[in-house]
Amino acid sequence: MILRSDNICFAHDKRPTLFGVNARFLPGQFSVILGPNGAGKSTLLACLAALLKPDTGAATLGDRAITGLSPDERAKAIGFLPQGGETHWAISADALVALGRYPYRNGFGLSAEDHVAISAAMAATNTSQFAKRPVTQLSGGECARVLMARVLAGEPQWILADEPLANLDPGHQLDMLGLLRGQADSGKGVIAVLHDLQQAVRFADHVVLLHQGKVFAQGDVTSVITPENLAHVYGIDANLFKDEEGATQLLIKGKIAP
Amino acid sequence: MTSRCRTYLLVALTLAAFCLSLMAGKSWIWPTAWLANDADGWIFLELRLPRALLGLGIGAALGLSGAVLQGYLRNALADPTVLGVSSSAAFGGVAAIFLGLNSLPFGLFGCAMLGAGVSIVALLALARGGGPLGFILGGMVLSTLAGSMTAFLISISPNPFATSEIINWLMGALTDRLMNDAVQALPFIAAGGALLLTTGRALDALTIGINGARSIGVDIGRLQWIIVFGVGLSVGASVAVSGVVGFIGLIVPHLMRRFYGEQPSAILLPSALGGALLTLTADSFVRIIPGPTEIRLGIAMALLGAPFFFFLLQKKQGRMI
Repeated sequence: MILRSDNICFAHDKRPTLFGVNARFLPGQFSVILGPNGAGKSTLLACLAALLKPDTGAATLGDRAITGLSPDERAKAIGFLPQGGETHWAISADALVALGRYPYRNGFGLSAEDHVAISAAMAATNTSQFAKRPVTQLSGGECARVLMARVLAGEPQWILADEPLANLDPGHQLDMLGLLRGQADSGKGVIAVLHDLQQAVRFADHVVLLHQGKVFAQGDVTSVITPENLAHVYGIDANLFKDEEGATQLLIKGKIAP
Repeated sequence: MTSRCRTYLLVALTLAAFCLSLMAGKSWIWPTAWLANDADGWIFLELRLPRALLGLGIGAALGLSGAVLQGYLRNALADPTVLGVSSSAAFGGVAAIFLGLNSLPFGLFGCAMLGAGVSIVALLALARGGGPLGFILGGMVLSTLAGSMTAFLISISPNPFATSEIINWLMGALTDRLMNDAVQALPFIAAGGALLLTTGRALDALTIGINGARSIGVDIGRLQWIIVFGVGLSVGASVAVSGVVGFIGLIVPHLMRRFYGEQPSAILLPSALGGALLTLTADSFVRIIPGPTEIRLGIAMALLGAPFFFFLLQKKQGRMI
């Protein structure tokens, strides 16, 4: 099913953030929402996850408005990884991952399917070895993986991640991107808000480039991430080239003088 | 020891404390005399039994409310007083004494519950749309307002007898409570407690923050309603019948976390049991220490609780800072 933003307008406390955003996302693709600070990336993602209700327009999944789904239905369809990775109590990693099964809850604790999904999610994120450690004792990279395992444990068709690379070192960033890439390759829809253009070029299929609350460009990664678009939206001078292995790389040379 | 064994132990200890509360006092009443048709039997039925039942209910309500509020606000400093329900119920009770309504059958209890009810409505209006911050600010405003109005009533109370009656009632105690008090308060406490016990998984979900919790299907607005009604009914009824008894709601969840871990749902039932255990024990204790009058339960709790809490904090400090 296609996840769409249909003409979404949204204002934070009377301050308009999104102006009629139209965008569509396909399952099986790794989509990335790019744009400078304040462009409305996280707001758009929150509208897609039904955490915010658009003032006008709607986010739709297939032919249904997302805000029309029940919280449990929506949670089963769309997994959301919030920005910042907050965890409040020293609960064990597997208990945190088990929260992903919340929309499947019954009155009797975790079912056999729940346990299977939790183990699979922890295996996929390589977190099984510290299942019993309190999350507050994990490193930033370990904690980020546990939080991602929580999203996967809900077995959603869509994975929406708000700045999943924040506070991760380059190695852990590549792990996280590889994980998201793998989920997209297995048929799920993945949408991530990213700041790192270089990583977007290397991992994304589809890019939505936001600028001042509007879609500046969207489509294939190569058609959207162009020196002209980056110059206009970010005010940077950037070059794209093929490296010796034939992969496209982005080199940011500097700011363009205003 | 598994957490199930710990809970059985806690239940056994609470039952033991309940029996202790039935026996303890200036004159001890042993189980053989409980149903005797004499003065001891009368004291047991008319004084000890309601007092023990109230200790059980109030302690459980305060412990459970504290655990739920700490989980909801994700702040280990929260306690049942943060919502302003206690102060509002206390104001209702003080107003009843001030106006002389406490001589009517449901006068004091009814006024205090009315105070709690007003605070519930105000909280729901204040917190609508806002997250925990709006909730806690609203609670603090209510708490301050009700506290000031209580002080105002005391300051203009016409005679020293009324003043002393008000102050005596405000300092939480279970002294001389009758079966009638228990029958009034316990249904509210049970209803509120039942509501609060349903919040466990939603509170667990808040471990990953408000947005994380909402994304996995938690209805935060509904959770807020349940908490306001649960705390309002159970703590409101507790204050209405015993005055303000502090510390239990703050300290018991901390204690339980040491034995059950920090997962919010894991400490709900233990906090209810622990609150009951602590209250019954403290209330038995104030009855058996010698002296012309009983130490007030609220005062005894603070005297016992404060040093103990310092001890806990000091042990924890090494890990936190």
